Amino acid sequence: MTNLLLNIDAGTIDWSRAQFALTAIYHWLFVPLTLGLAVIMGIAETFYYKKRTAFWKKTAQFWQRLFGVNFAMGVATGIILEFEFGTNWSNYSWFVGDIFGAPLAVEGIVAFFMESTFVAVMFFGWKKVSAGFHLASTWLTGLGATISAWWILVANAWMQYPVGCEFNPDTMRNEMTSFLEVALSPFAIDKFCHTVISSWIIGAVFVCAVCGWYLLKKRETELAIESLKIAAVVGFVAAMGAGATGHKSGQTVAQVQPMKLAAMEALYDGGNEMGLKIIEGVEVPYGLSMMATNTIDGFVPGINDLLNGYKKADGSWEPSVNEKMERGRSAIQSLAEYRRLKAEGASEEALSPHLSVLKENYQYFGYGYVKDANDVVPSVFINFWAFRVMVGLGCLFIAFFGLMLLLVFRVPLLSVITRRLLSAFGLMDERHSDGWQMADSVPRWLCWASILLLPMAYICSESGWLVAEFGRQPWTIQDMLPTWAAVSDLQSSSVMITFFLFLILFTTMLAVEINILLKQIKKGPSL
Amino acid sequence: MTYEFLQHYWCFIVSLLGALLVFLLFVQGANSMIFALGKTSQERRLLINSTGRKWEFTFTTLVTFGGAFFASFPLFYSTSFGGAYWLWMLILFSFVLQAVSYEFQNKLGNFLGPKTFQYFLVFNGIMGPLLLGGAVATFFEGSNFIVEKGNLINSQLSTVNPQLELTPVISHWANASHGLDALLNPWVLIFGLAVLYLSRVLGTLYIKNNIDDDVIRRRANYQLVASAVIFVVLFVAYLVHLMMKDGYAYDESGLIMMEPYKYLNNALDMWYLSLVLLIGVVLVLYGIIKEVYPVTLHPSPITSNGIWYAGIGTVLTVLPLLLLSAWNNTAYYPSTADLQSSLTIENSCSSYFTLNTMFWVSLLVPFVLAYIVYAWRKIDSRKIDRAEIANDDHAY
Repeated sequence: MTNLLLNIDAGTIDWSRAQFALTAIYHWLFVPLTLGLAVIMGIAETFYYKKRTAFWKKTAQFWQRLFGVNFAMGVATGIILEFEFGTNWSNYSWFVGDIFGAPLAVEGIVAFFMESTFVAVMFFGWKKVSAGFHLASTWLTGLGATISAWWILVANAWMQYPVGCEFNPDTMRNEMTSFLEVALSPFAIDKFCHTVISSWIIGAVFVCAVCGWYLLKKRETELAIESLKIAAVVGFVAAMGAGATGHKSGQTVAQVQPMKLAAMEALYDGGNEMGLKIIEGVEVPYGLSMMATNTIDGFVPGINDLLNGYKKADGSWEPSVNEKMERGRSAIQSLAEYRRLKAEGASEEALSPHLSVLKENYQYFGYGYVKDANDVVPSVFINFWAFRVMVGLGCLFIAFFGLMLLLVFRVPLLSVITRRLLSAFGLMDERHSDGWQMADSVPRWLCWASILLLPMAYICSESGWLVAEFGRQPWTIQDMLPTWAAVSDLQSSSVMITFFLFLILFTTMLAVEINILLKQIKKGPSL
Repeated sequence: MTYEFLQHYWCFIVSLLGALLVFLLFVQGANSMIFALGKTSQERRLLINSTGRKWEFTFTTLVTFGGAFFASFPLFYSTSFGGAYWLWMLILFSFVLQAVSYEFQNKLGNFLGPKTFQYFLVFNGIMGPLLLGGAVATFFEGSNFIVEKGNLINSQLSTVNPQLELTPVISHWANASHGLDALLNPWVLIFGLAVLYLSRVLGTLYIKNNIDDDVIRRRANYQLVASAVIFVVLFVAYLVHLMMKDGYAYDESGLIMMEPYKYLNNALDMWYLSLVLLIGVVLVLYGIIKEVYPVTLHPSPITSNGIWYAGIGTVLTVLPLLLLSAWNNTAYYPSTADLQSSLTIENSCSSYFTLNTMFWVSLLVPFVLAYIVYAWRKIDSRKIDRAEIANDDHAY
């Protein structure tokens, strides 16, 4: 057998990471809006189905037109991501393809066909199918996109918390042992809930921004107010839900990715009764211990603890990174020995000790490829600030949607108090503070705020992606396979060229999409 | 279910998806002729709106084909995609261009102009079928790669000696062109061109079925005849070459060897596949002739259903062709650099557990196909004409 060993080209790893990040970041610009708008246009069309008025049909079609412009880019960037696992991360594809390929295949069969079939009915079926079938198609489009997100996030969660698998030394790969453990992993459930719910925020902020602009221009007032009502409800529920699911995600991260949590908190030296930093120097007492362990005095390890080893709450000892590296090498060396002996036809007795060593140390297999303990520390700067931007903006959205709810709905007592308070601070015209003229219910500054918050929503969303993905570096699969052992054998120049090709293509298409969206919004709901 | 059954079953499912994908390339085939079939902007709009209602099926089938291949034969996924990097990247690039072109081309605010996106559609219409056909041809012609699973552990040398920075990557392409070398093989090109012209045949048949416009239908007839002649010549040439060439076989121990007339032997051993292939070819030819012959007598037939004969015929032709490359102890992804690195359905498949689990998931496929057919029929209940495009709020 030909044995070809080549030098690792560091540039290939960096460019491959950059290309995957580029594609994922662009993909994540379009998908949240697809998921969020799907809910809002679904609700608008449901109103049309109930009331059968021209207004609601026009409103539903308007949001569907904007959905359509955005949808295409989500599809285009998505296909690249799927195939990049093969093109740029081929070793990964073999090492865990037995587990990782299944969610992608299920996504295609179950979700993607549903999405693409019914989106065609939604766009072209207004005059060809019944109102009920059309409404079902609109919701099935959103459901298909959401189920698609489920399977992709199952795949992503598995990389961060590999479960339901076992290493097979004969095939040299990890093999699935429980599909349910993979599909219903607690990490996947948290990730799905947090990601999808936070996507609804983007959809709601987008609708608020468009409606805010219409109100500023004093046009399409009815569409703007009625859509604002839908967006305010969806946005408020989503913002609260994102907070709750985010907290749950944080607890899961503390359990299975303590290094990520330490980087998010810039926590170098851990301890008991740890406070949660707002920014450096300002913290919520006991907050971090509470979040990580559900007790105010729970021990939270810092980066140095994780590097040097520490005593865990149950009294057991968490090995240092250097010890994990040793054990990882033991696992790899015993695997090599096992394969050599097996090729020579050795007996089960002769093979057994090597298998035992491999099994004992397999949980640190990936550390065997690590040469410097510090390589397992992710970027503290990016994680610390991305986390704060995400949480800070998330809190801002709760306040924003809460205020919008109180202004566009008549919530007993609360709405009046809010209006009078705004009026007292000069933030609302006194003449409108007690009245219920809907067109005047949203003050101009809030219309401007709605528009300005749109880029903030995207920054919030991408910050969440940064925390999730930078926080787990250098692992493609947590503790099992670092990026430099997962990459394809390519020249860095090849990957660099495709990186720039995609950068130019995606950026140009993003510019076209934004321009088309702006023109569509300016044109309004009329055909 | 035995492991062997599941390997063959998944090979069948992936081949079926591949066959459906080739049929659905009628979208690309029609797009490759946008400027030949549509001389005015309104005619081009008709054409784009016609294929624009089906492009997602092709795209989704491509994605599912990739996902199913990944789940069932991960070693192919890692070896071919990571190795033939440029071939696959070109294919993906062309499909990305297509995905945005429909929605953007005729919209207000498209500062690149409609023609830019129409050229993108033509680019994908030519490159998509040509390169996908070329990729399929490598199943028979072989590719230049080496697989060495030992690299995962051999790279440990680098931890013993830090000066040795060795990659643990198991699949390597044995030349620097990363897949473009396949296009230097004339038989790969012939097969790729055959797929391109088949997609153009299917494209013209689809347009004739879907667009109610005499001018476009008449032009489609000329394109149909020209594309059909080229396709038949190329396809027959490749089929003869395939039956005459040596193939890659493997024995019970997994040892891979060259076997004279392997694909001819496969066609004879698996006579039922040959029979299906023959029926498929006859159906494709019937679909073409049915459209060409009466049209010379009646220039604009009211109904045109050749696409269904040719479409079903395409699936019945491609499916057994792909199975001939993999069943009957045949290496479906042969290596021209190292014979023993060649991939077979046995040495490249997922574990029994995964194939078995995915088997149950695959039972959903008929249900998925049923709702696709139902939705397709609803959307196509009336043929597209100029009036519909003018009044459609979501027309491309």
